[in-house]
Amino acid sequence: MNDMRILERDVDTKEVKIAARDVQVYYGTNHAIKDVSVDIEDKTVTAFIGPSGCGKSTFLRCINRMNDTIDVCRVTGDIRIDNQDIYDPRVDPVQLRAKVGMVFQKPNPFPKSIYDNVAYGPRIHGLARNKADLDDIVEKSLRRGAIWDEVKDRLNAPGTGLSGGQQQRLCIARAVATEPEVLLMDEPCSALDPIATAQIEELIDELRQSYSVVIVTHSMQQAARVSQKTAFFHLGNLVEYGETGTIFTNPVDPRTESYITGRIG
Amino acid sequence: MTDASLSPAAAPRAGLIATDARTRKRNAAEKRFRAYGICAIGVGLLFLVFLFTSILRSGLPAFTQTVIDIEFTVTQEQFDTAEGKMLKTKEYEKLFIAALEGQLQERGLEVAFDGKAIQRLVGKPGGTIRSYLQANPDRLGAPISFELAAASRVDGYLNGRITRDSLVDSRFLQASDLDLIDALQQADIIKGAFNWNFITGTDSGVDNPGGAGLGASVIGSFFMMLVVLFLSLPIGVAASIYLEEFAPKNRWTDLIEVNISNLAAVPSIVFGILGLAVFIQFAGLPQSAPLVGGLVLTLMTLPTIIISTRASLAAVPPSIRDAALGVGASKMQSVFHHVLPLAMPGILTGTIIGLAQALGETAPLLLIGMVGFVAREYPEGFLSGFTDANSAMPAQIYTWASRADPGFYEKAWGGIIILLLFLITMNAIAVVLRRRFERRW
Repeated sequence: MNDMRILERDVDTKEVKIAARDVQVYYGTNHAIKDVSVDIEDKTVTAFIGPSGCGKSTFLRCINRMNDTIDVCRVTGDIRIDNQDIYDPRVDPVQLRAKVGMVFQKPNPFPKSIYDNVAYGPRIHGLARNKADLDDIVEKSLRRGAIWDEVKDRLNAPGTGLSGGQQQRLCIARAVATEPEVLLMDEPCSALDPIATAQIEELIDELRQSYSVVIVTHSMQQAARVSQKTAFFHLGNLVEYGETGTIFTNPVDPRTESYITGRIG
Repeated sequence: MTDASLSPAAAPRAGLIATDARTRKRNAAEKRFRAYGICAIGVGLLFLVFLFTSILRSGLPAFTQTVIDIEFTVTQEQFDTAEGKMLKTKEYEKLFIAALEGQLQERGLEVAFDGKAIQRLVGKPGGTIRSYLQANPDRLGAPISFELAAASRVDGYLNGRITRDSLVDSRFLQASDLDLIDALQQADIIKGAFNWNFITGTDSGVDNPGGAGLGASVIGSFFMMLVVLFLSLPIGVAASIYLEEFAPKNRWTDLIEVNISNLAAVPSIVFGILGLAVFIQFAGLPQSAPLVGGLVLTLMTLPTIIISTRASLAAVPPSIRDAALGVGASKMQSVFHHVLPLAMPGILTGTIIGLAQALGETAPLLLIGMVGFVAREYPEGFLSGFTDANSAMPAQIYTWASRADPGFYEKAWGGIIILLLFLITMNAIAVVLRRRFERRW
């Protein structure tokens, strides 16, 4: 818990990046998210914890409107990024997703070369004017994904040939290549071994300097290690939200205490 | 409560070496199941071997043509005499008969025959000889080798289709001719040669199986397949992409889905009569045209392509779609950049299987008039290949099989060999394409 307090001091901005008010999500008749209101700060790692099926991934997918792809899913309420309503009918979800990157639970590189994996986003958004530009973006993104040194000699090798941890860092590099402002991570380490997990966690901490990072995790230790803010979800409700240190040492709600001490969940 | 009380109160287990009755029963059941499997495969292979041997045995004679190969000299003098006569070709026939007699005597083979017998064996050779000499007057006085196609009954006798016992004397062949054929065969004048005409030729009259060829209907099939490929692949793939990736899942799309599956099971003859009513009678397209055949077969192939394309699109893992959407690709970009390339092997396999199925389809073609006897000549050019009356391989085979002359029987089998060669080639292409496009993820 000690080093966690050191991390807390590093939080240098209190600007609200994502503001959610009274968000409700329904899957058909199933009310999956109930009245969630939360302010997520810029340049902060915010962790969502909670038992399986509590709605933390669902809420995460609301932030870049990935839930739009599910036919039966309905979202009401208000989610604002930089004070703009992302569910405004005029908002193009494709543009939104370029601004809000996402890393998934299972590493899912495209079955293409490492270079093409990273270059795909910048290409479709027209971020590079020429090949040299694109090379720069790819190198910078792979460096940010902390995988450049391992793959710089084989950029044309298929991305699917990498190990699990490398694939996940490649996916992070792919997500940051489009210069997002928010990075959503849905249990990014659940398929990885402890060494790869440590590498990714280190990387998340570095990414915090440029992005607002929201991470869903099943591991409370991971939430404690990487995040400054923690939100605890239970049965579709946001039970408690606050400084990570407070949540883990001095939770207000008895349910939070039960969960982090292992009595429920 | 101790742990031991949780386990069922069964008899103590025997050691690992001794198998108990239950295990023996299970193992026996597995062994039986394997034996059934091997039997099933064995029966399948047996039928396959039977099929191929019978096809090859009956069909290979179609690729050979019995010819009378004879070398003799016509002098300038003989030529002038013959040209001075009234019945000129008759004179050349006499020369031909004299040469035959001479060569048989040289080898000590004594057979009596007349001009009628020769006509039964090779038709009227005089005309062929005369026109050759007129075209090449410089060859007069030198030995010339003539190769004349023998009548189909001679073919039949040499192939064993006609025997001395089964022969009934007719104007086509008589028992005395068989002695002549035997003698000519001994003299190495009658022999088999590869029948190029069967591959490149067109359909012949009902009484001339020797002159029948599959070439024109191969061309007809080719133009039909062009139409099928260029219509059914884009329409089928576009429809599947829309249904699988974009269309909302509601009662309408369910209805469409059920109906596409139903279409795949509609008998082909129904499509034939539909094509006759819509394309020929209503739209006024020409009868017997490969274009119309192609349109009908497109209707038949579409469900196959749509079903296999949808299956291969659905098999692409959703994580790839998420990944593309996650970096800000639009729905269409995610489909065309990522999903479609991964589904490509399945789409191509489905398409080629659909095309192969269409290539072997007969019934709808008969209804729109693409019957075998229409394939009398090659189309004049590429575009008229679509509209000129023609037949297709399976319809041609059907027509031959229904003709009375037994010579056509082996032509039908030979046609099946060619058709099978095309189908095997197409399936091989499907396998190669599948390997080429397959990517692992």
